[in-house]
Amino acid sequence: MTQPLTVVVLVKHVPDAKEERVLAGDPPVVDRSSGILSELDEYAVEAALQLTEARDNAEDRVLALTMGPAGAAGALKRALQLGAHGGFHVLDDALAGSDAWVTARVLAAAVERIARHAGAPVDLVLTGMASTDGETSLVPGQLAERLGLAQVGLASSLALDDDAASLTATRDTETEVLEVVAELPAVVSVTDRINTPRYPNFKAIMAAKKKPVQTWSAADLGLDAEAVGFAGSLTEVLEAVPRPPRSAGRIVVDEGEGGIRLAEFLVAEKLV
Amino acid sequence: MNTELDEEYQDLSDTVRDFADEVIAPVSAQYDEAHAFPYEIVAQMGEMGLFGLPFPEEYGGMGGDYFALCLALEQIARVDQSVAITLEAGVSLGAMPIYRFGTDEQRRQWLPQLASGQALAGFGLTEPEAGSDAGGTRTTAKREDGQWVINGAKEFITNSGTDITRLVNVTAVTGTAQLPDGRTRKEISTIIVPTDTPGFRAEKAYSKVGWNASDTHPLSFQDVRVPAENLLGEEGRGYANFLSILDEGRIAIAALATGAAQGCVEESIRYAKERTSFGQPIGANQAISFKIARMQARAHTARLAYYDAAARMLAGRPFKTQAAIAKLVAGEAAMDNARDATQVFGGYGFINEFRVARHYRDSKILEVGEGTTEVQLMLIARDLGL
Repeated sequence: MTQPLTVVVLVKHVPDAKEERVLAGDPPVVDRSSGILSELDEYAVEAALQLTEARDNAEDRVLALTMGPAGAAGALKRALQLGAHGGFHVLDDALAGSDAWVTARVLAAAVERIARHAGAPVDLVLTGMASTDGETSLVPGQLAERLGLAQVGLASSLALDDDAASLTATRDTETEVLEVVAELPAVVSVTDRINTPRYPNFKAIMAAKKKPVQTWSAADLGLDAEAVGFAGSLTEVLEAVPRPPRSAGRIVVDEGEGGIRLAEFLVAEKLV
Repeated sequence: MNTELDEEYQDLSDTVRDFADEVIAPVSAQYDEAHAFPYEIVAQMGEMGLFGLPFPEEYGGMGGDYFALCLALEQIARVDQSVAITLEAGVSLGAMPIYRFGTDEQRRQWLPQLASGQALAGFGLTEPEAGSDAGGTRTTAKREDGQWVINGAKEFITNSGTDITRLVNVTAVTGTAQLPDGRTRKEISTIIVPTDTPGFRAEKAYSKVGWNASDTHPLSFQDVRVPAENLLGEEGRGYANFLSILDEGRIAIAALATGAAQGCVEESIRYAKERTSFGQPIGANQAISFKIARMQARAHTARLAYYDAAARMLAGRPFKTQAAIAKLVAGEAAMDNARDATQVFGGYGFINEFRVARHYRDSKILEVGEGTTEVQLMLIARDLGL
């Protein structure tokens, strides 16, 4: 029997893209008081579940990690309902305004702390390809660098070798499909092509209520308040404005030459 | 007093809502148009555990309860009543009688495959001359050499002819009881008939006004022989047993109808904001906004009615009248909302592929099936001592 595998999945709580986004605070940031698990992170959770289910080792662990305000517990809950075994929440008012640089720093500290907490090394960190709010896609690379681990970005397939010493992933670029191999432990971000995330069933919803969630402050992770949040960030949001309402557009009444007018429009806008 | 959902119910409801919007809604019009049974959707619902919601885990269920099933039905029926009735009939009429009245052996034999959605069961009650008046039942089952020999016919049986239908629970006359006043009464029993039994036939599917993707057939039984142990529940108790199944089922149908009514509201709000006429969205006119406000009031009322009936049932209190009220108001809410929604949609409301047009065709049966509106009124009046 192979060693148990510990997979940490980064999950982010984001505003529901189906609803209107609201800016609040000074400096203004997107209001995250209500939201959902970032849909792109569901692919990472599913990938982790499929990897461990394929191994069929009852001691394997899929652990969800989030950093964010109290509402981020919702993202953890969803990950637990999907099948993660436990959750970790980095929760601290001092974290507000953290940019990708700080976020990666906090999450790296949390991953190391999880290894100590679980009494086992973290073998794999899975992330989505981007968050559906900030969309910087910067965190996975920085996290791998801080942890000193191999990084595979934008995997559209992922498999472990038999003894879970290495992984094989497919990367789709605009011009080619690459097959890459990396030794574990590693950080892998997955795309929305890697799988079809499941829907949690009622049994899993009930079971999730009993799964452990550990909450840590920045200090618990050995981080100073000055090193995180607005204070520790390298980038600063100077201004955030709501997206302007969509303009009314131009209405062309088809009087027999609608097709020609449409073609003219496309040519004028250099769309064809 | 609280009608807010507990967290796990809310999470289940939200999850099924997402599934309905993302998986079912995009293909509903196609299945409806083709009158095709949605096997793929049923399989996915099975994986999600929806067919096992009210059953214990030891029988392959989710360990939930009947209210959880109702919440799922409401969310699915918003977008597709055919899929919702497939689930409703599969659980409440197909599997539930086996769970409620079956022996442990019958439960172990049938429930795991039914609870996983890999197999479906039908409930063969209605006959050409027997619906809510079960005394008119003509199908007979006679004991012969350790077997039941069944002859007769059934009408309007949901889920009875799909590729994954494995059995039908059939009510049949098994004897005559002598009443104290000298009159006689038919004794009715329920018998499990596997669909591969010789002499059993699911006849040609009906051409229905709505619920086109739901599977409905007349059934015929010609010397159908099944083992004596296929008796479901006590001999002669079939009538009482299916009445209790129908009482529960009314709550589930009320939940389904509530979903239909809410689906009409949602579609109407969207369209009223989107569609402009005389320079403004049509929703800016009170003729439209008041209509939609009234639709919302109907859906809300229907929901409270079925929540109440379900709460009573789960608490083990009498719920027959509340279930009848829920079925009555929810069925009417669905039909009334469908009529109003098609009006909001104007010409598009008359085009089959539009969801509100489908609700218009689908909702009529909610005033008829599982006890007509008149039967519900009869039950309520009886409870009032009238």
